[in-house]
Amino acid sequence: MRIVALTAPDDFDGWRDAARALVAARVPAGEVVWQVGDVPADLFGDEAVDLPPDAPAFAVSRRFVDLARSVVMHADPERFALLHAMLLRLIEQPGRIEDMADPLRRRLEDIAKAVRRDIHKMRAFLRFREASDEQGERFVAWFEPEHHIVRHNARFFVDRFNAMRWSILTPELSLHWDGDTLREGPGASRADAPEGDPTEAVWKTYYASIFNPARLKVGAMLKEMPRKYWKNMPETALVGELIAGARAREVAMIDTVKPATGGNSEAAWAALREEAMGCTRCPLHRPATQTVFGEGPVDAALMFVGEQPGDQEDLAGRPFVGPAGQVFDAALAEAGIDRAGVYVTNAVKHFKFEQRGKRRIHAKPGVGEIDACRWWVEQERLLVRPRLTVALGATAARSLTGRTVTIGKERGRPIALADGTQGWITVHPSFLLRITDAAQAEDERARFVEDLRNAHALLQD
Amino acid sequence: MAQLDTRQKLEILADAAKYDASCSSSGTTKRKSAGGKGIGSTEGMGICHAYAPDGRCISLLKILLTNSCIFDCHYCINRKSSNVRRARFTAQEVVQLTLAFYKRNYIEGLFLSSGIIRSSNYTMEQIVEVARSLREDHDFRGYIHLKTIPDADPELVHQAGLYADRVSINVELPTTGGLKRLAPEKSETRIEGAMAGMKSAIIDTADARTRYRSAPRFAPAGQSTQMIVGADAATDGDIVTRASSLYGRFGLRRVYYSAFSPIPDASAVLPLQRPPLMREHRLYQSDWLMRFYGYQPREVVAAADPSTGMLPLDIDPKLAWALRFREHFPLDINRAPREMLLRVPGLGVKAVNAILRARRWRRLGLDDVARLTVSVAKVRPFIVAEGWRPVALADKLDLKPLVAPRREQLELFAA
Repeated sequence: MRIVALTAPDDFDGWRDAARALVAARVPAGEVVWQVGDVPADLFGDEAVDLPPDAPAFAVSRRFVDLARSVVMHADPERFALLHAMLLRLIEQPGRIEDMADPLRRRLEDIAKAVRRDIHKMRAFLRFREASDEQGERFVAWFEPEHHIVRHNARFFVDRFNAMRWSILTPELSLHWDGDTLREGPGASRADAPEGDPTEAVWKTYYASIFNPARLKVGAMLKEMPRKYWKNMPETALVGELIAGARAREVAMIDTVKPATGGNSEAAWAALREEAMGCTRCPLHRPATQTVFGEGPVDAALMFVGEQPGDQEDLAGRPFVGPAGQVFDAALAEAGIDRAGVYVTNAVKHFKFEQRGKRRIHAKPGVGEIDACRWWVEQERLLVRPRLTVALGATAARSLTGRTVTIGKERGRPIALADGTQGWITVHPSFLLRITDAAQAEDERARFVEDLRNAHALLQD
Repeated sequence: MAQLDTRQKLEILADAAKYDASCSSSGTTKRKSAGGKGIGSTEGMGICHAYAPDGRCISLLKILLTNSCIFDCHYCINRKSSNVRRARFTAQEVVQLTLAFYKRNYIEGLFLSSGIIRSSNYTMEQIVEVARSLREDHDFRGYIHLKTIPDADPELVHQAGLYADRVSINVELPTTGGLKRLAPEKSETRIEGAMAGMKSAIIDTADARTRYRSAPRFAPAGQSTQMIVGADAATDGDIVTRASSLYGRFGLRRVYYSAFSPIPDASAVLPLQRPPLMREHRLYQSDWLMRFYGYQPREVVAAADPSTGMLPLDIDPKLAWALRFREHFPLDINRAPREMLLRVPGLGVKAVNAILRARRWRRLGLDDVARLTVSVAKVRPFIVAEGWRPVALADKLDLKPLVAPRREQLELFAA
């Protein structure tokens, strides 16, 4: 065994000089014990390394030197030996520095990466506290890095805080800058640093205010700011209460702005309708004549959602004016509902059809088209805020609930919608038009009217 | 109204600024404070000094000069008709706050924006005064990002660019119809005109600097913009196309997306609408595909659902593209060109570069690829490597369940 003594844990020059000699003498990596300072690393290592005075020069790539500089700063006691092993290999095959898939190369890369991260996090998470004295402003920071990176980072802090007097205290080493020269001192303890700084309260105010409680993503925060750094960062004391209070703040955020949009919904609806006129969210806008938007009072308590405009609606630009619309109007009247008092719209706002000769035959909208158009229905519901929304037929039910619904199973009773208001599902009036048997048609019509009446009754409670 | 102290103002004006997504301090020239009488340095790569529980980086002191505004944009919490508490900083208060935070290593610099008060020019003058004082009175060499106002005097906007590292103007909404509906006082023509003016100023000064070293710098970190996602009828396809046209026409460094949370004028029983965060995330991913992976905008659009124009929420756009264009796979990891390797789901730019370097020396097997990527399971069905050919996987008609993340994981990210 040979022993190499390095002067400091980040003694790159010492490692390089020794490694040069060891490689020249072809000493295998396993036969060297690397020792930092006076601390014996291995009790059995007893032979001081014998460095040949005129070792033959050899060249290694810049990439390796850069890698080694980073690796040496790591806390892993094996780092010197790993670099030595890598160097021996590179003498034989210089190109292998490029082979990141090689296990040793990969391991060194991971070590270097951990060091680079620690360097970066020190620059990011170190916090100065004011400790002014008779000479004026002065700042002191206490930081606990994971690796031996403090000396390396000195330049960064000198460049950044040049006109400031400061000290950085760490367990291993301290740095002192007086505005002119940098001085190194021995390791320190937390007690040597100031206990607080009045500006920290202002900073915490900023931290709490810039946080958006509607976007809580604790995992993303922890990934970049692991808990091990928290103890020296004043703002992290707030994290717990910010997370706990996020929901309440979200509610308050919305409450604060709530009354402001009031009285504006007529104008907002008109603007929404105008925007919808140019909609190209799905291909149906091409063959259709125009967008058929919903209509009715924007403060209606009851909203009806149909399937899509038909041939006549497409030409008129208004919902429910064709044959199905007449059935609908008659049923509304029989159920005692005033059409002028309700908001009527469609799940899909363009007419989908197949051209057969001169006639345009209704075609059922697909799920993609329903989902594309759903955005408009949601905007209408946000503006009108009906207490009850009635879906006429399967397409409307899909639009309202986001899932495929069997009408027969779910019709005729209130259902809870995602926004907390009530929904109601029944058949589409065009279904009644397609029944050929007169008695059955009358039965179904009566059932439809009954559904409408019961839905309407929900609003009277 | 009682007089507010700095801390109370900060509470209001930081709260009002948090809807701006950008907090980047990157992309500027390297500067040091050595030889000056002040503090501050920039590294080119930004530093995030803290992270809030929303997972966002805190790099800059991001505040408004005032949250009073003469405009009434519907999506904005600071609009004229909103009843939020109002506050206003003086220019000197912002300067002192920036320096106090910077000296304690809390921030990289300042991101200053403002509501419009009195007039566009008056507001712009105040913003420029903050930057001027930091740079000239205090020799501050940290990062400054200024939001400029499209209607302000071009001379003022130019001054902003001379002091700032980055300037930005928000396009606000991806469609003209949306802007007209939600921000009736703003105009797409004026916004884009201002961005075009900024672009030529950036190019002109960069050009002058190649000839005269003493020529002044103008916004060395370039310009960026932000658009709100989910407030108008734009599909993901529309947004991706719009963003790429903005990158192209105005030389933007970044287009930021901000998921819109509708703030309904509603009774308290109406539950809150969460911002569409996953959609925002997918749009950022598609942005990366175009900026770093060589995808054309139309290719990203092709990854979207053809009938809705929306990108899938359950898988990322790169995986969606690969599943839609299966004929390109599997790719031989030992032979495929760089631009095709970049299309393999699960291989990032770094992994691709490492593969290209390593395969100059030997043929790579699956275990080699595993050491270069985060998850070899995701990559495996799409590649051929030494001793590996994904016959069974590639022939499966429905590959998606094998490679898509599980539902539970998705919920975790969406929260």
